[in-house]
Amino acid sequence: MIVLAVDVEKQLGALQLSVRFEAARGATALFGPSGAGKTSVVNMIAGLLTPDRGSITLDDTVLFDAAKGINVPPHRRRIGYVFQEGRLFPHFSVRQNLDYGRRMSGRAHDEAEFARIAALLDIKQLLDRRPRMLSGGERQRVAVGRALLMRPCLLLLDEPLASLDTGHKREILPYLVRLRDEAGIPIVYVSHTPAEVRRIATTVVRLDSGRVVATGGLDLLDDAEADGLG
Amino acid sequence: MFDLSPAEWTAVELSLRIAIVATAWALPFGIAAGWLLARKNFWGKTLLDGLVFLPLVLPPVVTGYLLLIWFGRRGPIGGFLDNHFGIVFSFRWTGAALACGVMGFPLMVRPIRLAFEAIDRKFEDAAATLGANQILVFLTVTLPLALPGVIAGVLLCFARALGEFGATITFVSNIPGETQTISAAIYTLTQIPGGDAEAGRLVLVAIVLALAALIASEWLARRAAIRFHGE
Repeated sequence: MIVLAVDVEKQLGALQLSVRFEAARGATALFGPSGAGKTSVVNMIAGLLTPDRGSITLDDTVLFDAAKGINVPPHRRRIGYVFQEGRLFPHFSVRQNLDYGRRMSGRAHDEAEFARIAALLDIKQLLDRRPRMLSGGERQRVAVGRALLMRPCLLLLDEPLASLDTGHKREILPYLVRLRDEAGIPIVYVSHTPAEVRRIATTVVRLDSGRVVATGGLDLLDDAEADGLG
Repeated sequence: MFDLSPAEWTAVELSLRIAIVATAWALPFGIAAGWLLARKNFWGKTLLDGLVFLPLVLPPVVTGYLLLIWFGRRGPIGGFLDNHFGIVFSFRWTGAALACGVMGFPLMVRPIRLAFEAIDRKFEDAAATLGANQILVFLTVTLPLALPGVIAGVLLCFARALGEFGATITFVSNIPGETQTISAAIYTLTQIPGGDAEAGRLVLVAIVLALAALIASEWLARRAAIRFHGE
């Protein structure tokens, strides 16, 4: 079943972005070299960047449709977004960061849910710390937790491991795999590293120079490696 | 503690009241102006920028005179406020607060504007994806991150308001118990033969107040830094 349908165009400086793909449940990787337009695509899905033309549909909701003049603002899209650099709020503790989405939506605090996600990501011992006091891997786990606790319909992960060294990458990958299998939320995972994509994704959308050059299974990664992309 | 006469205490109390009221009223406008100048592009932005900073470069007497023309009882704004809301500025302490607020305003806006400009917009994007609308993003992310700049702006405005002389005396004159602040009182005393001792006491009070404001703002800024960085 199709969860997310993206068909967008946008002129970004010299890059003419024209991307069309569909994602089902599970984890879809947006895979391609730096500058292919991967981050711009997820920013459009999240509503942080407005396409020039096209449409974006999540479940049965039209999030964006240029022809019909529909553009749901980011705060009403319910899409969890884990940024490359985490972007934890520096003036809040870890607990307040995790709780932010719930507070903004005005939902009652659900301690069971909070504890479940803190356990899933192994961040219980960090709750009273400030983001400054966390390691890179801890910071990204908290960022994932923060996105999950807003009860998203879709989770966007934009190169969540890019800022981490190899050791921390290994530390966080198993959590992401668990997330895919246990949380049941569709994931769009942006990466230019085949090894990461192989661990997490079920479907691969390969981007190059603002266009989708191939869509398919993990075997697409072999071609990419043969092309010298990996 | 300074062995002040009741009249001198009145001047001190009046100065503090005027400076606090002026700063408190200037703050919401200062935050709005700082935000607009830092974040928005609009028609007339250069004009607003110029208007905000005008009191800094104009002779204070000119600012005071303009206030007198516009906010006096027969002035277009002053007359309107008097007729409809019963608010009178001329020769009242409220007028002194207005003059001090106007004079302190550019000093308040500058650090606030710089603080807004320095904030990484990515935190605001993150807050939006987490379900915060624009107002909540501003209140929970933008403003707290700009807090050190806001504190600096409040201190500068308060200090300016406490020491304001030229615009105040031009607009609301020098009436003991109503518009005679510490500065005006010191000025009056220096015009009287044998007023030096009294003036000296008030000078001492002015120094103590300025130092206290400086220490308070340092302390607040450090507390804000601790909130941000956890150490």
